[in-house]
Amino acid sequence: MEKITDTIESIYEILGRVTDPEVPVLTILDLGIVRNVAFKGDELIVTITSTYTGCPAMDMIAANIRMELAAAGYKNVRIEQSIRPAWTTDWMSEAGKEKLKEYGIAPPDKRFTIPEDGVGCPRCGSNNTRLVSEFGSTACKALYQCRDCQEPFDFFKCH
Amino acid sequence: MKATLDYILHLADNALILGQRNAEWCGHGPVLEQDIAISNISLDLIGQARSFYQYAAELKGNGTTEDDLAYLRDERQFRNILLVEQPKGDWAFTTLRQFLFSSYQQLLFQKLTTHDDERLAAISEKTLKEVNYHVRWSSEWVIRLGDGTEESRSRILSALASIWTYTGEMFMPESFETASGIVVTDLETAWKEKIKTSFAEANIDAPENTFMRSGGKKGIHSEHLGFILAEMQYLQRSYPGCEW
Ligand SMILES: [Zn+2]
Repeated sequence: MEKITDTIESIYEILGRVTDPEVPVLTILDLGIVRNVAFKGDELIVTITSTYTGCPAMDMIAANIRMELAAAGYKNVRIEQSIRPAWTTDWMSEAGKEKLKEYGIAPPDKRFTIPEDGVGCPRCGSNNTRLVSEFGSTACKALYQCRDCQEPFDFFKCH
Repeated sequence: MKATLDYILHLADNALILGQRNAEWCGHGPVLEQDIAISNISLDLIGQARSFYQYAAELKGNGTTEDDLAYLRDERQFRNILLVEQPKGDWAFTTLRQFLFSSYQQLLFQKLTTHDDERLAAISEKTLKEVNYHVRWSSEWVIRLGDGTEESRSRILSALASIWTYTGEMFMPESFETASGIVVTDLETAWKEKIKTSFAEANIDAPENTFMRSGGKKGIHSEHLGFILAEMQYLQRSYPGCEW
């Protein structure tokens, strides 16, 4: 019961250890999918939203949230899904965007809300790149190739 | 006005069956990038279906789950339109169908985002963002094939000739639509305008005076639905409640 007096901040700190199984450099806080944290009686309610409706990582993320919280002593946890407002890449943190780039994925870029040639190559920085396909290895990414360093890369689409 | 359970099921069934059809391309696409694209679209559609089934399950109550609705209903209980259950055909048929259906979904969901039923509005708003991708991708294929080689053009023309008879059902009002405050007939003009633009670029014409088949919304399906359900529902029916 003493856990109930804990702060919401400390819960966020724990949630910051949960990563996206498909893009493991990003935490769920970087992604902006944690919408609310609240205590109701002795129950901890974590509200999350999905990135894309069919994202297969969501169930795993919910399970990982439970595990992290349980490890910190929170057993009575309810995970709620919110749909509206719909998730947008605007909710991704700046730190998250930097991490993506280091990881080799071009972060969301407002100049390319509709994917087209020219997204900056995360490896060499060139804008001489071409869109290969609007659909990449996961729903949230588009596939590109750099014409200068020749590397193929993913672009995290604006959404 | 709240949407009726049957209407939510209709939306869910449309998405699930087309998602399942498109998934047949997984590992068989013409090139790797397009195999990934159609599989992604499949995943989006199945995600849509899940959102609608989850809502339908709550409306139904009595411990109903989304899986019960997807895996344990019979053919006659499915409310999807005939268009989505037709076999995937060739790449021209698949992309053309996607274009015709996604263009319809785009107009419909734009409308539904302001529906009184908040849950329906929320799902539609979220889904619309994904549908916009589907429309763009599929319209590019229709244009590429129509305005491509002799072979690609003959493929898209024959796809169009066989698919057109299934498009009318989208705009034939069914009682669950009327009861949910949806007027599908209102969408037809905008839909025709929308597809005409891409058809013009593809240099193809929409057929006219075609007999329009219907029945899917009433649960009277073509012979193809039974087969797709048999494949999709086999595991849950043989091993009830089984999980990964
Ligand atoms: Zn480069």
